[in-house]
Amino acid sequence: MSWTVKKNLTSTLIHAVLIIGSLAMLLPFAWMVLTAFKTRSESISVNPFYIFPAAGWHFENFIEVWNSYNFLVLYKNTLIMIFLRVLCACLTATLAGYAFGRLKFPFKNFFFAMILVQMMVPGQIYIIPQYLIVSRFHLMNTQLALLLPGAVTAFGTYLCKQGYQSLPVSLEEAAELDGANVWQRFLFVMLPLTRSSLVSLGIFTALFAYKDLMWPMIVCPKTNATTLTAALSRLQGQFSSNYPQLMAGAVMAVVPMLVLYLIFQKQFVEGIATSGGKL
Amino acid sequence: MKTKMTKRARTEAIWGLLFIAPTIIGLLILNYYPIFETVWQSFCKTGDFGIGNTFIGLGNFKKLFTDKEVFRTLFNSFRYAILSLPLTVAISLVLAVLLNRKMKLRSVYRTIFFLPMVCAPAAVAMVWKWMFNQDYGLLNHMLGFKINWVTDPAIAMLAIVIVGVWSSIGNNMILLLGGLQDIPRDYYEAASVDGSTGVHAFFHITIPLLSPMLFFIIQTGIMGALNLFDLPFMIMDQSSRAWPSVKTITYLFYEYAFEKSNRGYGAAIILFLICIISILTFILQKSEKKWVHYD
Repeated sequence: MSWTVKKNLTSTLIHAVLIIGSLAMLLPFAWMVLTAFKTRSESISVNPFYIFPAAGWHFENFIEVWNSYNFLVLYKNTLIMIFLRVLCACLTATLAGYAFGRLKFPFKNFFFAMILVQMMVPGQIYIIPQYLIVSRFHLMNTQLALLLPGAVTAFGTYLCKQGYQSLPVSLEEAAELDGANVWQRFLFVMLPLTRSSLVSLGIFTALFAYKDLMWPMIVCPKTNATTLTAALSRLQGQFSSNYPQLMAGAVMAVVPMLVLYLIFQKQFVEGIATSGGKL
Repeated sequence: MKTKMTKRARTEAIWGLLFIAPTIIGLLILNYYPIFETVWQSFCKTGDFGIGNTFIGLGNFKKLFTDKEVFRTLFNSFRYAILSLPLTVAISLVLAVLLNRKMKLRSVYRTIFFLPMVCAPAAVAMVWKWMFNQDYGLLNHMLGFKINWVTDPAIAMLAIVIVGVWSSIGNNMILLLGGLQDIPRDYYEAASVDGSTGVHAFFHITIPLLSPMLFFIIQTGIMGALNLFDLPFMIMDQSSRAWPSVKTITYLFYEYAFEKSNRGYGAAIILFLICIISILTFILQKSEKKWVHYD
């Protein structure tokens, strides 16, 4: 009896800790959403219990921020950047990953060392020259500039190589006996089997692109060419003390990704876990 | 027969090289050429308005080693790492241990703690800036104090650390949870026969078996902390008196390279930071043998 009591007590205690933790995690989100619906004077009311928008739920903040920052264009820019980066990264990485994992070719170790070194060098070293490439080729404020640093991925290549290596050799041998050439073996036999590592890579790439702030700020300073995150930093400069409008902007920037996360939770968690702390 | 084998091997080699070509060419243009260009820039003085380069040898580095701001911002970056990393690791470890059992709402908790990972740090920072607001922010409302979270030089770094920890515990929790699930149950059963349970088992079984994962988290955590840019940039006003006490070295790099168009000095700063990160990584790798147990 006392054992079950003790067990129940432990379980209650654990839940208590986790619930308090969860509240701490959710509080900023709640505060963001609630503020976004308030009027400005309400947001700076000093009454501590004035947490819910008392004067009705105001959608004006959203409309105003949407119009003054043309969020439709921001969404479009961000979406195209994510799409292009995911497409390029997955395509180049899965090809190279297959070659490194499965094929024999000259200087293989040397080329693979190039992949590993890129993964070890901190990313900031590339930024100035990448910016110079963008500006020399007159690519400032273009989609191509946003894509550029993510066009190929050493980390993704490594991830795909691991995926291909874990597959049994016999599969490919069987296909080869049936007369399939390298290209066919890759496309019809092996590629479909590494879907899960490609999904992980895709999610990791998408999140990395979505969260990045410095690169879009540098290469796309124009408001109609930039991404959501970079626009937020502008927004903050413009509406510096109008918190309901700032929060409306923040809500619009985070909600699409949050919704995707809640739908594809498993894939997101796996995608981020495979990336380790790189995000 | 022999010629046929070589033909087959040759086809494979051609396919292999074709498959890696896009990635290798991309890396050469986007990563390998930039490494040399950055090193070259660091020996150059950038002309006015960012136009033109003049070779000045070690001039930028001489300036760097006497520049108080470089060391102050580096100190800030280190301070952030030293304050945020132990907190992040400790909290995410506790959470992972608590969640490593069959229980109700487990996936709900996991989802909640993971939320910040899918939010843009720029947006997160804006929300926290509002939470920290001295007069109308939720934190001061709740605590009943009037703390100058982001304008007091002594506290500002703490505010950044809170946001950093809040943002990253979910990710580390998931990694540690994965590590915990790999520890075989038998280990704990065997230990409990020997009278080792609870806290003792935690320090003598869990921690050693989790040490590779902890090592990984600490290593990537230090790198991430030293590269911190967006949180202070978005949370603080650059005109605030507290800004000098949270300005990070990565921000200083951004400021010189892109706002002041002094790429030469910016390149020198980033190379300096990369040297420090390399030394730290080297020390960490050396220490690895002492406390990290593989199997």
